[in-house]
Amino acid sequence: MTISRTIVGAHYGWRDFAIQRLSGVVIVVFTLWLLVELLMLPAFTYGNWAGLFASMRMKIVTSVAMLALSYHAWIGVRDILMDYIKPAMLRLALEAATIVVLVGYVVWAVTILWRV
Amino acid sequence: MSESAAKPRPEFRNIHVSQLMTYRLPVPGIVSILHRISGALLFLVGIPFILYLFQQSLTSELSFERYAAVVSHWFAKLVLLALAWAFLHHLFAGIRYLFLDLHMGADLPAARKSAAIVLFASLVLTALAGLKIFGVF
Repeated sequence: MTISRTIVGAHYGWRDFAIQRLSGVVIVVFTLWLLVELLMLPAFTYGNWAGLFASMRMKIVTSVAMLALSYHAWIGVRDILMDYIKPAMLRLALEAATIVVLVGYVVWAVTILWRV
Repeated sequence: MSESAAKPRPEFRNIHVSQLMTYRLPVPGIVSILHRISGALLFLVGIPFILYLFQQSLTSELSFERYAAVVSHWFAKLVLLALAWAFLHHLFAGIRYLFLDLHMGADLPAARKSAAIVLFASLVLTALAGLKIFGVF
């Protein structure tokens, strides 16, 4: 039995599949990290809380987690849009809006972090 | 000529929206759709609201007080409770999918059981988070 199939795509499906899972793991690790740091604070005051994010290490770790979160969210939201929004132009507009919003989130988070 | 083009292929269609209420979704299916709904909730409400709270809590002593005032409002607490559920469900369901991807627990009885565990564990931890959010402990 021979079935000829047309192989399409640039393997972005496989790449996104992998990135969605890897970024998910990064988010889980960051969540656990933050939880431990929070539990180690003597008290939840402004000084202690801001002190935690004053270190360059925490700024960088949080930024990386935010990048992972935004890529993770992009793949998930794109999947939802692909499933439910059929008109191509509307979907394209919503996908573009999603990217703009997610990039905005990352910039916002970085701005907050580097002001501490 | 390829064989697939010659034979009429069976057609599978999605159920109609009006059938949603009468369709009995199996437990893994419930976990799946809730994974999607919780993800959408985290994207639409979770990230902007948490970033707003993050900003208020970190910028200055003054804004920290504003943060404390915001999270003590009952509606903000309700939103945080919903986000806590969304995060916990998304987290546990996501971990379950990672195992399924590795072909672990992929047979039907195991998949049903793990799906029930995901539903139950996220609800129990959400209840705990609720007690914390509403200041019981």
